[in-house]
Amino acid sequence: MKTQNQRAWLFVLPVLFLVAFNALIPMMTVVNYSVQETFGDNLFFWEGLRWFEEVLRSERFHNALGRQFFFTFMILIIEVPLGVAIALAMPRKGPWVPVCLVLMALPMLIPWNVVGAMWNIFTLPDIGLLGYFLNHVVGISYDMTQDPVAAWVTIIVMDVWHWTSLVVLLAYAGLVSIPNAYYQAAEIDGASNWAVFRFIQLPKMKTVLTIAVLLRFMDSFNIYTEPFVLTGGGPGNSTTLLSIDLVKIALGQFDLGPAAAMSLIYFAITLFASWLFYTVMTKDDNKA
Amino acid sequence: MAQIKLSNLRHSYHPDPKGDADYALKKIDLTWEDGGAYALLGPSGCGKSTLLNIISGLLVPSEGKILFDDQDVTTLPPAKRNIAQVFQFPVIYDTMTVYDNLAFPLRNRGRDEDIIKKRVTGIAEMLEVTDMLNVRAANLSPDNKQKISMGRGLVREDVNVVMFDEPLTVIDPHLKWKLRSKLKELHQRVKATMIYVTHDQTEALTFADKVVVMQDGEIVQMGTPVELFERPTHTFVGHFIGSPGMNVLPCDVKEGAAFFGDAQVALEGPAQGVANGAAEIGIRPEFVTIEKSGAGVSAQVRKVSDVGRHKVVEAIAHNQRIHAILEGEAPSAGEAVTLSFKQSQTRLYKDGWLASTPGEAA
Repeated sequence: MKTQNQRAWLFVLPVLFLVAFNALIPMMTVVNYSVQETFGDNLFFWEGLRWFEEVLRSERFHNALGRQFFFTFMILIIEVPLGVAIALAMPRKGPWVPVCLVLMALPMLIPWNVVGAMWNIFTLPDIGLLGYFLNHVVGISYDMTQDPVAAWVTIIVMDVWHWTSLVVLLAYAGLVSIPNAYYQAAEIDGASNWAVFRFIQLPKMKTVLTIAVLLRFMDSFNIYTEPFVLTGGGPGNSTTLLSIDLVKIALGQFDLGPAAAMSLIYFAITLFASWLFYTVMTKDDNKA
Repeated sequence: MAQIKLSNLRHSYHPDPKGDADYALKKIDLTWEDGGAYALLGPSGCGKSTLLNIISGLLVPSEGKILFDDQDVTTLPPAKRNIAQVFQFPVIYDTMTVYDNLAFPLRNRGRDEDIIKKRVTGIAEMLEVTDMLNVRAANLSPDNKQKISMGRGLVREDVNVVMFDEPLTVIDPHLKWKLRSKLKELHQRVKATMIYVTHDQTEALTFADKVVVMQDGEIVQMGTPVELFERPTHTFVGHFIGSPGMNVLPCDVKEGAAFFGDAQVALEGPAQGVANGAAEIGIRPEFVTIEKSGAGVSAQVRKVSDVGRHKVVEAIAHNQRIHAILEGEAPSAGEAVTLSFKQSQTRLYKDGWLASTPGEAA
């Protein structure tokens, strides 16, 4: 007979404890809110799935979700190819490697709210370097507090500035791990530069790029601080992304029930999109 | 198909080489005959891979020329030289099937799909990978991956030379032997010149008709495996080839006769240019015999190792270690014995280079 020692479970306890306090309990609190109505004084009334229905039917939610997808789509479609292109252009050996790496890492070291504030000042039409330059030197009317297009351009450019480096560094790590023999073999096989990229560099970068896209997707889908500091969701509601809207409902209007339901839907969408993407990207890894 | 001639080749990785020490290749003059099976043998860092990369065009030599059939290709890029190279680690295009991998070099050169199909199926059959043609190359075992990288070299009509840079490094021991005989078979079928770089003497001696031994950026000897074994022109070759390598013993030469300690050792023949002074005697362990008593070099047995087919005896004489290979009975450790050397196989080396010639001793 095999000895069974149940005491091994004790080793799992600390982790269970940690996970319970930083994930399970907060999450269950939200679940709890999402099916109840409260008027303060810690009095709750059962509401069932009413908040979920309301959120899913609300035009406000649809619009915020649409803006959120648009934002994420735009930054992914810019940052990933741009990051790969910069990584390809970076030197792979020599004294410039550390210089490039440090320059690339710099934007990522800046705190989110500082990035937002920086870009806010940078783009002010009367005193900001970029804002003044565009308005008074180039002669384009550019004011993101008035013009939704300018606001959108600014938050996208700001995110590209802040996070393209992440894609660059990951892609670069993938590139430098390719043994020289691959390039030599390709040269002997008479491969063009495009073929080298398509059949050697891109496949070898695939794993790190999957991670890069996944990270950028999750981060940008949950982004809050930078656009909040930069535009505050405006002008009007034009740059109110999901997270900004959520905070408005939860803390501005103190509608805990709808906010909780919205959080759960938001969470489910993020989770599903990440899962879908990961499954698709790794699907043919095991295929014969 | 071509004869490859290296003339006055020197290469340095330094931008501004000063002395000989800065050169990875010191001075190479060598001709590889069309259709030969060559091995380039030498310890790690001796310049084998540098030489290979110069022939393939991945490196342009600092000085000297490379001629393919008298045509100067020194500055031509690899793709224009019509050569193939197989690397230490199998290089395959992960996302492609085996078929596409093999077809890749032909497609890059714009061949018709009909011709490609014919070539690829032919090569696949030769390499015994026909059943894997539609498999994704990333999923193959290392030995099959290495076969595919060989195949990409062989698939092109008329390659001038196929070069192998230690191709069996990552292959499991029991498959090494199989792949090596496959290579030999391929050489006989395609009749292309093949150069096989390795630091493993067994691989070199079994694959090649001719072995080129390199040390410190120089070619020490080029010859058939038998020549390398019997008459190494340099003590390095003697050491490097054979297991254990040649015994090299310091000796005094007095009026053309060699003395090891106080005993005179009979050489294979007269030594040129070494009438007097210090030199070295070279004798392979296979040609050392051990007796309990009698004339010869007296020595003490230190260690006897039984390697199966024969026994390797290590003895000490005049503070020098001497190996002997014996069949049958061997003395035991600690015993005092006398060693004698087979005269026709006893060579004299001066400053490392062979100095004796066969014939009547002086």
